[in-house]
Amino acid sequence: MAQTAFAPWTDPDQKPIIEFRNVTKSFGDFTAIHDLSLNIFEREFFALLGPSGCGKTTMMRMLAGFETATSGHIFLSGKDIGHVPPNQRPVNMMFQSYALFPHLSIWDNIAFGLKRESKDKAFIGDRVEEMLRLTRLTKFAKRKPHQISGGQRQRVALARSLAKAPKLLLLDEPLGALDKKLREQTQFELMDIQEKTGTTFVIVTHDQEEAMTVASRIAVMDEGNLVQVATPAEIYEAPNSVYVADFIGDVNIIEGRATQPGLKTGIAWAEGQPPILATPAKSVEAGQSVHFAIRPEKVTIDVEKPDRPNTFRGKVIDIAYLGNISTYHVELAGGQMIKAQMVNARRLANRPITWEDEVWVGFTDTAGVVLEE
Amino acid sequence: MRRFTLIAIPYLWLLALFLVPFLIVLKISLSDIALARPPYMPQLDPAAGWEGLKSFFSELDFENFAFLTTDDLYWKAYLSSLKIALVSTFLTLLVGYPVAYAMARAPEEWRPTLLMLVILPFWTSFLIRVYSWMGILSNEGVLNQLLMWLGIIDTPLQIMNTTTAVYIGVVYTYLPFMILPIYSALEKLDGSLLEAAEDLGCSRLEAFWLVTWPLSRNGIIAGCFLVFIPTIGEFVIPSLLGGSDTLMIGKVLWEEFFSNRDWPVASAVAVVLLLILIIPIVLFQRNEQKQREAEG
Repeated sequence: MAQTAFAPWTDPDQKPIIEFRNVTKSFGDFTAIHDLSLNIFEREFFALLGPSGCGKTTMMRMLAGFETATSGHIFLSGKDIGHVPPNQRPVNMMFQSYALFPHLSIWDNIAFGLKRESKDKAFIGDRVEEMLRLTRLTKFAKRKPHQISGGQRQRVALARSLAKAPKLLLLDEPLGALDKKLREQTQFELMDIQEKTGTTFVIVTHDQEEAMTVASRIAVMDEGNLVQVATPAEIYEAPNSVYVADFIGDVNIIEGRATQPGLKTGIAWAEGQPPILATPAKSVEAGQSVHFAIRPEKVTIDVEKPDRPNTFRGKVIDIAYLGNISTYHVELAGGQMIKAQMVNARRLANRPITWEDEVWVGFTDTAGVVLEE
Repeated sequence: MRRFTLIAIPYLWLLALFLVPFLIVLKISLSDIALARPPYMPQLDPAAGWEGLKSFFSELDFENFAFLTTDDLYWKAYLSSLKIALVSTFLTLLVGYPVAYAMARAPEEWRPTLLMLVILPFWTSFLIRVYSWMGILSNEGVLNQLLMWLGIIDTPLQIMNTTTAVYIGVVYTYLPFMILPIYSALEKLDGSLLEAAEDLGCSRLEAFWLVTWPLSRNGIIAGCFLVFIPTIGEFVIPSLLGGSDTLMIGKVLWEEFFSNRDWPVASAVAVVLLLILIIPIVLFQRNEQKQREAEG
């Protein structure tokens, strides 16, 4: 049986668990968040993505209660939580530094929040054991934080923040301190745990790959504004701005002018070259200045002129060999550089294209995105 | 070989300036008082050879230590010193902890200045600072005049020459030794730990008792020992501020040496004091060692 896609944001009847309504946050005369509105739904794995200083951490700290909004409201399950202190919110946070209590054992760290609710001993014991099993830490219960590895500490921090079964779990760069291999493995663990516990996760990260992997939706932020909020696939395939296209993944951006109005257009991009045929998502004006964004893997490279809607002649300047794929930097007429990515399905010796070769790059008329501005 | 020489230097230093003087004091404490120069017997006569050495050791005995148990003065002085040291350590902690806490919470650019202010009194002589407390606390002193001028009291308070004056003097003098280790423990404390505690349901006060206090424990222990150990043997403060009211072993020691000129008994007092101090010193060392292990 096929699963129905999880997409509460498309259903107008769904009530969001978190609602930012016209939230502004200033520190002195610096405005960290500009009049921002955002809905996050129950069971979502929501990622706030952006470069450092974009306001993503401020958003998270407002959710945790460490910062209060200068104006606007934040609702949690329909209740305004603007002035609820952090210790009274059904929200827990996993800190970037993990913030494990160094004087307490792993067991006591996880039990810390439960003990504050003065639940009975048996309940606390069961809950801690459950968390230890969930994060595979049972063996380490008696150790102190400095006696375990970085990856284990990360799991303790996760177990501790999940122990109180919060409505909302905040993760501040949760995998930043782990090495690449462990990080990739942990990303899948996080998704697994999120699914098992059914908790709503909000993750803050500057790593676009991490956001793409774990999140159901991503909010790309820039200087205190939401630039685009969409699923990873939409963000990647249909970025709404040059900023998003450029921030997520690798992209070729070509400036030009629309030659025809409407939903099928050409883009004049260089003297004496045929225009790029493209399909804008929104109708464009003739003569309007546009950006054409196309991912390198959607550009092919051939020795013979291929039968594709867009073909241009160029010269290979550089080849980046990454093992599974190679990226070719091709200089088109007029000096425009374009990156084309090819899967290395054949072994090196059998591939005919090399440096300085005259080649044809090609792509379809729907492969790229036409961006205004 | 070079490594050995390098290590040998501090050991020779300790040997010459600590172990040898201690052995001399120990020897004097086992001798008898004599009207001579130096004022004790026996003296080792190197010319007498093996026989001289034998008679020298045969004349040493524990008489002076036995004497210390016959007179109430000594054990009372030891106990009183212990009590004064304990109480003043506690008072110093009471004053020092909030100061250290405030310093550690102060904006970063202020901290070096505050630290400087704590250390600043060391730049003037300790003796002068104690004398100036006499000027503050005496019956005609600044404090009494101020209180009388304000109309709070009619007759001057008798603070000078009481144990209270000793407490004030000790707390004042040793406060930096309490503040500095506690400050260094609190300054290292990661602010996100307190946020995590709050996030997990603690009030500010609970977060203090459950996180800040236990994490500053090593600083507190170090500070307490640094105040307690020198206070037990303290001589200047009780003799200048405490008057005849205050019984402390440091004063007894001084009087045995300089008023009674009974060097052997004075040395015995000093040796016993050292034995008493060894316990807290060993505990202090173990605390430091444990802390290093926890950090390493």
